[in-house]
Amino acid sequence: MKVLLSWLREFAPDIDGDPVELGETLSALGLAVEEMSVTGTGVDGVVVAKVLNLRPHPDADKIQLVDVDAGDGEALQVACGAFNMSVGDLIPFATIGTVMPNGMEIAQRKMRGEMSNGMCCSGAELGMGDDHDGIMLLTGNVDESKLGMPLNEALGITEDILWDLEVNANRPDAMSIAGVARDLAAGLGIPFSFPEPTISETPELITDLAKIEVVDPTLCGRFLARVLRDVQVGTSPQWLANRITALGMRPINSVVDISNYVMLELGQPNHTYDLNLVPEGHLRIRRANAGGESIVTLDGAERQLIESDGVIANGADEAIGIAGVMGGQSTEISDSTTDVLLEMAWWDPPSISRTVKRLNLPSEASVRYRRGADYGENMERAMLRFGQLLAESGATIVSGQLDESGDTPDRTPIRVRPAKVNGLLGTDLSAAEMTTHLTSIGFGVEPAAEDLDVTIPTWRWDTQTETDVSEEVGRLFGYENIPRTVPKGIEAGGLSDYQKDRRLVREILVGAGCDETQPMPFLAPGDLEKAGLPEQGVTLSNPIVHEESILRTSLLPGQLKTIAYNQSHRSGPVALFEIGHIYLPPNDGELLPDEREALCVAIAGGDATSAVAMLDLLEAQLALPNLQLRAAEPAGLHPTRSADVFVAGKHRGEVGEVDPAVAEAFGVSGRVGWIQLDLGSVLNGPHGKKNYRRVSKFPSSDIDLAFVVGNDVSAAQVGITIKKAAGDLLVDMSLFDTYRGESVGTDARSLAYALRLQADDRTLTDEEVGTLRQSVIDAVAKNHKAVLR
Amino acid sequence: MTYVDKNPRTKLMTQLDQQTLNEMQAAAEAAISAADTLEALGAAEAEVLGKKGSLTSLKKQLGGLEPEQRKEFGQLVNTTRSAIQEASNSRRAELSRVARMAQLEDERLDLTELRDEVRRGHYHLVTQARDRLEDVFVGMGFQVAEGPEVETAWYNFEALNIPDWHPARGSFDTIFVDLGEPEEVMLRSHTSPVQIRTMENQEPPIYIVAPGRTFRTDVADATHLPAFNQIEGLVIDKGITLGDLSGTIDAFVKSFFGHDVKTRLRPSYFPFTEPSAEFDISRADGSWLELGGCGMVNPQVLRNVGIDPDIWQGFAFGFGIDRLAVMRYQLDDIRELVNNDVRFLRQF
Repeated sequence: MKVLLSWLREFAPDIDGDPVELGETLSALGLAVEEMSVTGTGVDGVVVAKVLNLRPHPDADKIQLVDVDAGDGEALQVACGAFNMSVGDLIPFATIGTVMPNGMEIAQRKMRGEMSNGMCCSGAELGMGDDHDGIMLLTGNVDESKLGMPLNEALGITEDILWDLEVNANRPDAMSIAGVARDLAAGLGIPFSFPEPTISETPELITDLAKIEVVDPTLCGRFLARVLRDVQVGTSPQWLANRITALGMRPINSVVDISNYVMLELGQPNHTYDLNLVPEGHLRIRRANAGGESIVTLDGAERQLIESDGVIANGADEAIGIAGVMGGQSTEISDSTTDVLLEMAWWDPPSISRTVKRLNLPSEASVRYRRGADYGENMERAMLRFGQLLAESGATIVSGQLDESGDTPDRTPIRVRPAKVNGLLGTDLSAAEMTTHLTSIGFGVEPAAEDLDVTIPTWRWDTQTETDVSEEVGRLFGYENIPRTVPKGIEAGGLSDYQKDRRLVREILVGAGCDETQPMPFLAPGDLEKAGLPEQGVTLSNPIVHEESILRTSLLPGQLKTIAYNQSHRSGPVALFEIGHIYLPPNDGELLPDEREALCVAIAGGDATSAVAMLDLLEAQLALPNLQLRAAEPAGLHPTRSADVFVAGKHRGEVGEVDPAVAEAFGVSGRVGWIQLDLGSVLNGPHGKKNYRRVSKFPSSDIDLAFVVGNDVSAAQVGITIKKAAGDLLVDMSLFDTYRGESVGTDARSLAYALRLQADDRTLTDEEVGTLRQSVIDAVAKNHKAVLR
Repeated sequence: MTYVDKNPRTKLMTQLDQQTLNEMQAAAEAAISAADTLEALGAAEAEVLGKKGSLTSLKKQLGGLEPEQRKEFGQLVNTTRSAIQEASNSRRAELSRVARMAQLEDERLDLTELRDEVRRGHYHLVTQARDRLEDVFVGMGFQVAEGPEVETAWYNFEALNIPDWHPARGSFDTIFVDLGEPEEVMLRSHTSPVQIRTMENQEPPIYIVAPGRTFRTDVADATHLPAFNQIEGLVIDKGITLGDLSGTIDAFVKSFFGHDVKTRLRPSYFPFTEPSAEFDISRADGSWLELGGCGMVNPQVLRNVGIDPDIWQGFAFGFGIDRLAVMRYQLDDIRELVNNDVRFLRQF
């Protein structure tokens, strides 16, 4: 909502002081100043000039030559690129030496050989609106008597302050000049009052000309109507056009401009019908017909209505307007309109909101209806204001107004307990102080023993409860005056075990040289298929772009895109990890996706063994119990270089290498070692238990054993057998060599293990070591058909 | 000094006078200083002092002397021996030093020649900001709560007192998901649903912050992302006031941004809080920067989750995490946070 200082002063004449400080006051009242500007300073050197002659430029067809009289009676030749002027038009003219708002200085110069002595200006060039289309044609109050006069003086524009305020959805009152003035006056502690408009009425009675029927009281809380005759649709007075222009609306014609002016000034949207197009002036307020109904609106579009939409129908029950949203074309005001039926209504905010949203038809009017416009005496005031302004151009006003009611908000006073208010705000205000604050913005307050009975004003539809009233007290007392305290009941804070472990995972991976990534979780259609994964991603109904319309079910596609991006920037080998949510289709009977927190590690330039090494690191640091790699061909991964990861007997993810075809499909070159774990399940499952083993003071014995083992047996399986057979005396074991070659055959390879044996209460004898060695050899031979090499 | 012949061995003894010893010492010292390796030195030393060395064999003959002479002469031999030993030791030290110097020189390295890099990875900037925020709030007595990113209309809107017709709904620019009825399931447009889930599952008092990813239909540009991160705070306890909210925000800001940073609350509007406010922090130039929104939890929200608003009161606040990272490092394009260019990630 934009407001002008001069306009605010019509309601609170004592507003004075530094505009920046006034802006701070507005902000502290909850009307945040988004922008403040000084308007109407004008451009020195721009004067009113008259077009004397127009003729083609001899050497150019994109510009013409114009002779203007800039006030001294002389014809000045100017070259001009616009063609919207006619001889006799009055225009803004920048004389030689004028510095335009964009910094350009107007100089005498030749254009294609013809002298140009100034510039004819468009509105945009003067910083007066967005109109670039052509030269600004001065009409209305500007006539030839003003030739040579500085433009702003001729237009009656004076210097002013314009604030652009952010008005919250709970402040319908502040969507008007008057409402902002009321708040500002209360904040400054100065008087506020409405200049009450007056009109004179003709003897004719409105009851003979129009009739209002509120068929659905839940839709329309109140409906006022008046009839204006002798209307001449013309140009608005300059001062009025200037004001609505300053507030961001474009002058159209006298009737439309006054309609907007009244809405901006008093916050009361309104609508005008050509009375002669409404048979008997009969309006029926109802919901749209269940059977389906359509209407051609002012913008020329035919719109289908549904049962919940509000409609204004004529006596024949044909829809001629969508209530609070847009009028109909059939009763539109035109240049030939002479009689106007004027509507001021209060519509049920939720009803209007639903229709606006459904038809996607927001407007300055519906913004106000949706927040809850004023249903009180302001409606009559707005009606009179409209009449007063239109009467200035000769319109007459028929006697009386129609006033039909539907359901309006309950205005039973609210019992407000000052102790409760202070308890919410953390203040120590007396009931009297609260009363002062509330009455300053028009709330009715009556003492009720210790408490207050507060009547909510008609312009505060959203204010309904004791808490709402407390907010008003706090707002006017000033949030900055409330003493700062901290809650007294706070106990020790902390992270959950899960959150601590998740940080540990990050620490481990960062320590191991991996960089953390956080791609957005959106995928393009086809990404999952390209990654070899099932296409079961949940889709977005209103994606921003098609390429981001699917929710990921795996971290794989995002990481491959990230790797491809970095490879294309020649960033060398990258080891990346990510902890983020994946969204699997909902489980049976569930509405929401099966959302999980996943961890992945992607090592570009590393193979499956590098991924397994990283997994080993995680296993050791997190003390994952019984981590096993089981042969599998996980989707998207290299079929012969990948495995399922099991922790404590449960499937928790995959490890290995990305399928080369998948990597290639994403533009990734080289191998990519890959781990993806269901981090939530891993960290919520058993882990982290580390048992102390006394460090032995006795010597250890090392033995090396190499077995020829069939390719169908994994090294991990052999390792498990060795551990089992060696028992407690085995303190360390490693696979230190593998060998494939003719000497061991094509179906097998040699696996060489180093074992360290040690007791913590004695030195092992050669005999003991020998026995243990033999039982390991026997166990491996028996379980895996392995042969000692 | 001359020694008297007393027995057959005295013939030899007569040669053992001071001069002989002096000569022997001089010859030995010459040989020692001439030795230019540790090996040569060892040989020179052995020649005199070794088992079969000249001085050693001389000493062996002392037994044949009269006790008095033996004593006197023995002392002379010992003095000579010590002198030679000392010369040898000193020469050995010198030769060792030279040898060590040669060895060290041989090992000389240019430390600025490139070596294998010891590389640590990098935490994402958002993680860094989020962890810092969590740590500050944990220090202030908060727990950290989390919730799903895909939500129902109940958690994202209705329980938060935003009915379907409410003008505020449109301002959330929600991304909806093709599940359930139209506009029934969505990517959460704020972290506030976590408030509801926490209150549904936990009896007051409640002191939580809820960081996490949120979504809006914002086209990605230098200052917007459709997926971004927020942090939300919620306190529900007895006797909580707007003054407590104001003081908590001030304490947080001073801890996170520095003790010279000031805060202020400005009245605002959110359907789920009443009174509502926006909070600003002061900048070095004295101007204010809007950081986030806050307010006292609307009693209707408490009723929606079955908490009695006559007993419990509370406040909530929320603000963007990504923006803090952007501010801290003066990033000129917020999209860097999701591009995952390692040239960016590795700077922090």
